[in-house]
Amino acid sequence: MRIYAAFVYLFLYAPIAMIVLISFSAGHQASSFRGFSLQWYDTAFHNRFVLDALRNSLSVGFVSATLAATFGTMAALALQRVTGTLRRFYDGLIYISLMIPGIVIGIATLIALATARDIVNDIIQAWSPGAPKLQLGWGSIVAAHTLFNMALVIVIVRARMAGMDRSLIEAAADLYATPLGTFRQVTLPLILPAVIAGFLLSFTFSFDDYVIASFVNGSTVTVPIFVFGSIRRGLTPEVNAIATAVLLVSITVLTGAQLLLRRGRKPAPKAA
Amino acid sequence: MAKTATSEDVARRARWTTALLLAPSTLWFVFLLLFPLGVVLVFSVGQRSDAGGYQAGLSLANYLNLPARFAAFKNTLTLAPAGTLICLLAAYPLAYFLAVKASPRTRMALLILVILPFWTSFLLRTYAWIVILSGNGLPSWLAMIGIEGVRLINTPFAVLLGIVYGYLPLTVFPIYVSLERLDKRLLEAAADLGADAFGAFRQVTLPMSMPGVVTAAMLVFILLMGEYLIPQLLGGGKVFFIGNALVDLFLQSRNWPFGSAVAITLVVIMLLTVGLGLRYFAKAGGQRDVSLI
Repeated sequence: MRIYAAFVYLFLYAPIAMIVLISFSAGHQASSFRGFSLQWYDTAFHNRFVLDALRNSLSVGFVSATLAATFGTMAALALQRVTGTLRRFYDGLIYISLMIPGIVIGIATLIALATARDIVNDIIQAWSPGAPKLQLGWGSIVAAHTLFNMALVIVIVRARMAGMDRSLIEAAADLYATPLGTFRQVTLPLILPAVIAGFLLSFTFSFDDYVIASFVNGSTVTVPIFVFGSIRRGLTPEVNAIATAVLLVSITVLTGAQLLLRRGRKPAPKAA
Repeated sequence: MAKTATSEDVARRARWTTALLLAPSTLWFVFLLLFPLGVVLVFSVGQRSDAGGYQAGLSLANYLNLPARFAAFKNTLTLAPAGTLICLLAAYPLAYFLAVKASPRTRMALLILVILPFWTSFLLRTYAWIVILSGNGLPSWLAMIGIEGVRLINTPFAVLLGIVYGYLPLTVFPIYVSLERLDKRLLEAAADLGADAFGAFRQVTLPMSMPGVVTAAMLVFILLMGEYLIPQLLGGGKVFFIGNALVDLFLQSRNWPFGSAVAITLVVIMLLTVGLGLRYFAKAGGQRDVSLI
């Protein structure tokens, strides 16, 4: 069994090791290693298209994760007080958002936004001919990612609230705290680890997503879209260099998220 | 009198607060989930216009045309369950090792190592397998030891390998959680009652870990039903899933109404299989704590 486990770890890490190794290759092919060099890191970080893609991915991820963390937390707080049919309706929406394949979400968002765009553009043109037209792009990627991310945040924050000690909130009310004061001084500190973990998971999802973004990106290029294009054109170790850099960032960010989640899972100290 | 007015005020204010807190997420659910799905539903009963766009209509022609993409449905409905099964078979021993055999000191590190690949670029992990499976990779090594002419890339095998590689970490985790919760005294009791190691496993460990197995199976199955990247990169247009047919219909051959019908069918199949699966396993296992999230 130990041998089997070792084999699985080898299976999991050999391809990743290969990507990292070839990123340091001096050769021109992404399928073999020829001598050590950092030239592909240099190439990648002087490539305007790579830098653009990186900037887009970072901003899409950051904005979508921020919106998702804010709106998701607000919804999770509100849903605590909602019961009955309305509650089931929202539960259904959250469930569907998480379960529907990314490819269907991508398609549906594309058709809906393209239709809405045409209508809105017609109206704008009727009012002021020659006005700039609305296009799919950065905004539509953020909007589409935020749906999934928001559902994710709601689920994570709710799980955290389920383990929360309600008596603390009652105590705050007994001590004449205003609802806003209670939220700021009691609720928020308690759910913060879950909110931050939700933010980080959302960011990583956004940063790594190819499928949804590829439908609604218009002419905006993110890192996964650039990498996918490179794979079809034939790869140089430049892409491996980007991948290695991204991998390093992902590992850092997600280890942080994991640590926070684990801290969040510890039972809250019981008020005696 | 004054007091009831205040409590009414408080109740009204609480309702307003709830509504305000729900407003942004409701906006998102309506405009980016319900509205798009509604549009897809409307498109799916429409017609294709000459320019490749949408023309209003009300017919089931697109649905009757579904057999035109039979291969995509067949591949998805065979390889997705097969991939799920292989993931479970590959993941169970590892989860068992981590939960039961590994020393508590190394367990956490080994667990993190299992999940870590799942958080690195999916695209590049899959790409790595293109390099390994194509001409200069594994086939050339096999040729060195005398096995010539092996073709690995663009085969169902390559797609299944990609699936196991991509989703193994996700499969291990729920199984690990259910095995870790297992009360070890139950195994001692089984041994005291004369069960051998295999009997104890079959009658105690396996049934107790079923909720984890079902959760893992559902998670992987749901993701595989909508899979696009793995067949695209490792199946090379020969082994394609419904996801690939959708991309073709929407971005290349531009038949949005037919594509919408395929998308709706995919969602319906998913809801049905997952719903039935959950019900069946919940009944068979006598367990109620099977959850997806």
